[in-house]
Amino acid sequence: MTTSETISALPAAGTKLKVENLNIVFTRDGKTTPVLQDINLVVSGGEFVCVVGPSGCGKSTLLNVMGGFLSPTSGSVKIDGEVVRGPDPRRVFVFQERGVFPWLTVEGNIGFGLFKLPAAERKQRVAHYIKMVGLEGFEESYPAELSGGMKQRLEVARALAVNPDMLYLDEPFGALDSITRHIMRGELLSIWEAERKTIVFVTHDIDEAVQMADRVVVLSARPAVVQEIVNIDIPHPRDISSSRYLELRDGILQQIGLACKI
Amino acid sequence: MSTIAEPNKWERLVWPLVAFVVLLGVWHYLVAWSGTKVFPTPAQVERGIVELFHKKVLWPDIANSLRRVAIGFGAAVALGVPLGLSLGWYPAANQVVNPVMQILRPISPIAWIPVAIILFGVGDPAAIFLIFLGAFFPIVVSCVDGVSNVPSVYRRAGRNFGLSPRQLLARVVFPAALPQIIVGLRLALGIAWLVVVAAEMVAVDSGLGYLVIDSRNSGKRYDLVVAAMLMIGVIGLILDIGVRRLERFQSIRWGFRNEF
Repeated sequence: MTTSETISALPAAGTKLKVENLNIVFTRDGKTTPVLQDINLVVSGGEFVCVVGPSGCGKSTLLNVMGGFLSPTSGSVKIDGEVVRGPDPRRVFVFQERGVFPWLTVEGNIGFGLFKLPAAERKQRVAHYIKMVGLEGFEESYPAELSGGMKQRLEVARALAVNPDMLYLDEPFGALDSITRHIMRGELLSIWEAERKTIVFVTHDIDEAVQMADRVVVLSARPAVVQEIVNIDIPHPRDISSSRYLELRDGILQQIGLACKI
Repeated sequence: MSTIAEPNKWERLVWPLVAFVVLLGVWHYLVAWSGTKVFPTPAQVERGIVELFHKKVLWPDIANSLRRVAIGFGAAVALGVPLGLSLGWYPAANQVVNPVMQILRPISPIAWIPVAIILFGVGDPAAIFLIFLGAFFPIVVSCVDGVSNVPSVYRRAGRNFGLSPRQLLARVVFPAALPQIIVGLRLALGIAWLVVVAAEMVAVDSGLGYLVIDSRNSGKRYDLVVAAMLMIGVIGLILDIGVRRLERFQSIRWGFRNEF
């Protein structure tokens, strides 16, 4: 009783997400493939955690389990002490920009998850997030008329509009060109600093992870285990040519088994 | 003189017109050259159309054909869309029904004529039933495909925002499947227009199909036969243009012309 009260009194601090002894085994045509092996991870409220690892190692699988789209074979994922049993609007996925609904306008997309709110409040929230992601003037536009970066911002705004505690981003900038990706990282960081959501961000881009995260979780090749968790102790805004940045980045590159020279 | 360049507005109008005039010319000279007394020249057909208008049979025939298509096609939409959406939504049910549908689907509605006449007798209901059959299967199949082709990323996003299954169907799956459903409706309306002509030749004594067969039977008036054929073509084109207009709505257009 007392513990639950202390938890609810401190919503932002303390443990937000706890992955305990998580195992995932896929079974297809009678063949079993272990994907995730004994994953343990604790994410604090308001923390920005990146998950990196070699391609196909199970990063997205881990995110899907955290999001409730996939059940663990054994072990558990708990959020605020509660076992995750399915998708929930309190924790919203952001896919690559292909997740926006092409049949809805920018306004329609951002307001999509707000169907339980009264119309006036919905309108106000939609306007607020359109402004936050810089899509003013495109309220009536359809996604087909937007650039890749704008669609990505739209998807982030749609997720933020339902005021979730957590955001799960699955290689969100993977389909963008490198200039847009660079801008989007900065924008996501300033949104995170303003709203302090807990963020779990899956990427295969190690630079991206070191630029953004408080901690970087390095997964091994399949079956994935947590190889290392790296604290990124550089304050924002980060100088990406500083020696500390390069040191941390090279450390992770070596963890994955990549040389720093091409 | 790049071939990639958009043709000018007048070019897009003039060249098809030239092709049309050339076709009429070829037609005229083929008739003249063969010396046939039965098959009409374009000018005779034109006089046939005027005659049909004057005899006040053309409008009622057109109205009758359109009425039958409207009822038959309308019933196919009213039953086929909900059925197709349900089968797409419940793949297990689709697995049960699909084999039967795949056997019934390739049977031409024309082959159903004897069955339709046993069931409904000679008359309007038999003709409407045939149109219904012709339109029903393409509509069901396009709805099933439309629903099962909805990208999982849309369904997942919908579930993530806490939609109930019914809301997910109405707000995500249906709008995502709509472009493909519209394609099915367009195909089905084209088939319905083909079938109505055949049905009217055997089952009823009004409509454009009846006009074709009646013009031949009562005095071999091939000028009127071809005139009725041309009317069938023109109205079919107008119907198709009508459905294509649906594809231009903003909330549907994304599914066409590589827009996404």
